[in-house]
Amino acid sequence: MIYADNAATTKMSEAAIRTMASLMETVWGNPSSLYEHGQNAKEVLESARQEIADIIGASPKEIIFTSGGSESDNQAILSAAMTGKRRGKTHIISTAFEHHAVLHTLKRLEKDGFEVTLLPVHENGIILPEEVAAAIREDTCLVTIMYANNEIGTIQPIPEIGAICREKHVLFHTDAVQAMGHIPVNVQDANVDLLSASAHKFHGPKGVGFLYVRKGVTLTNLIEGGAQENGKRAGTENVPGIAAMATALKEAVDNMPETSRHLIAMRDRLIDGLNQIPHGELNGDATRRLPGNVNFCFEGIEGESLLLLLDDKGIQASSGSACTSGSLDPSHVLLAIGRVHDVAHGSLRLSLSEDITEEEVDTIVRSVGEVVTYLRSFSPIWRDLMDGKKAFIL
Amino acid sequence: MALYSEKVMDHFRNPRNVGVLEDANAVGEVGNAKCGDIMKMYLKIEDDVVQDVKFETFGCGSAIASSSMATELIKGKPLSEVSQLTNKAVTEALDGLPAHKLHCSVLAEEAIQAALQDYETRTGKHVQA
Ligand SMILES: Cc1ncc(COP(=O)(O)O)c(C=O)c1O
Repeated sequence: MIYADNAATTKMSEAAIRTMASLMETVWGNPSSLYEHGQNAKEVLESARQEIADIIGASPKEIIFTSGGSESDNQAILSAAMTGKRRGKTHIISTAFEHHAVLHTLKRLEKDGFEVTLLPVHENGIILPEEVAAAIREDTCLVTIMYANNEIGTIQPIPEIGAICREKHVLFHTDAVQAMGHIPVNVQDANVDLLSASAHKFHGPKGVGFLYVRKGVTLTNLIEGGAQENGKRAGTENVPGIAAMATALKEAVDNMPETSRHLIAMRDRLIDGLNQIPHGELNGDATRRLPGNVNFCFEGIEGESLLLLLDDKGIQASSGSACTSGSLDPSHVLLAIGRVHDVAHGSLRLSLSEDITEEEVDTIVRSVGEVVTYLRSFSPIWRDLMDGKKAFIL
Repeated sequence: MALYSEKVMDHFRNPRNVGVLEDANAVGEVGNAKCGDIMKMYLKIEDDVVQDVKFETFGCGSAIASSSMATELIKGKPLSEVSQLTNKAVTEALDGLPAHKLHCSVLAEEAIQAALQDYETRTGKHVQA
């Protein structure tokens, strides 16, 4: 089996599992309790906070633990919006290809009277900092732009965008869920005020994440209750999960130079191989992308049937076709980079992890080629393309 | 838990009657690429019976399985029966489809109706229900 859907979730690392299992057995106290059992848990919690803060260039007080990327995105955006509203600023800038955790939060704010500008992401899937600068107005309270896209893996010029926001005194949030643990992320260099991350994308456990909040930025609670997390996020902390997240992140960052070198080589081998399939094309910039992300469109076929047949061959991947998105439209990300519906339905995302081998990459290339050829052999669209009744797009 | 029934997966993995029928005298194509599903049915009708049938489909697993099952249900059948084929019959023969995939079976029914329409146009006979 070749698991090539690491952008969906990753397998927990052995070290993270060990951390989690041993803490569940030994340190099960409530960190808010004053006796030793509780204080031991508190110590574990705070050392995880310190470890994560050190990795991203923050101070521990600036890290809030959450249930994951979605919660972090929601809280960051709603907090900045509330602060803006108090000052009469109700304009927010984002992009057309954010994760739904961001886009749906923005939709909700629009219903509450906010105005949202979604910047174009261009054919290569990369935002232009000058377009961010041009979109900022007197009443802009927040710019929220993802660090790396979850479907096409393109990496955004976050430090440049952050510098513009800082100069114009506008809060800047980045959804770094796909970037964290995969490319270097430092909140000082990146000039961000708020940053979301999720443990299960870097070999940590699911249901755990964090929000970086620069000192001086006011947070609004999503969850009211006890005084945990500086009073900003109520609920007894998931101590084993949080500690395992710190373990996984440390491991990912320590190994990053080596793993990203290997992954980039494997990614580019995969891209070169898939480029040999006629009438297919890579989605998103070829080099400014996450080390493990490959995303292609193949003309004349539909993504779900491609995934099912790859699964039969032991390869697990994902697609942005309508059938897999659960709606009638294909992925909003592929439409945002200008893919037409016909082509966007035939997309394939392969997101690799560091244990991928050259042989496995070659197996993927061969299998994708076979399945695409097979599906095209009885596709009426492909027939029309071959008969010249329709023009090839790719 | 699997997304599809074993029947669906069987017809998806080993589609029956797949391809083009060169001597078809009734052809129907429905759906569009924008929505992600296109089905094309080729029928050879003789003596008011579907003597042979083939299909081509661009679409998801359930679209391919629905086309395959529909061809099995009409092959060798008199037009009086073929014209009555419903999407429900296709779905049932597949041991069910997930709710958001039912439109695939509707597409199969419509593709057959479109082929019968084409036959009527070509021959002037009235066969549709
Ligand atoms: C870019 C991005 N943001 C947010 C999320 C949501 O994260 P979580 O699953 O931890 O809520 C994901 C993961 O699906 C993601 O890829």
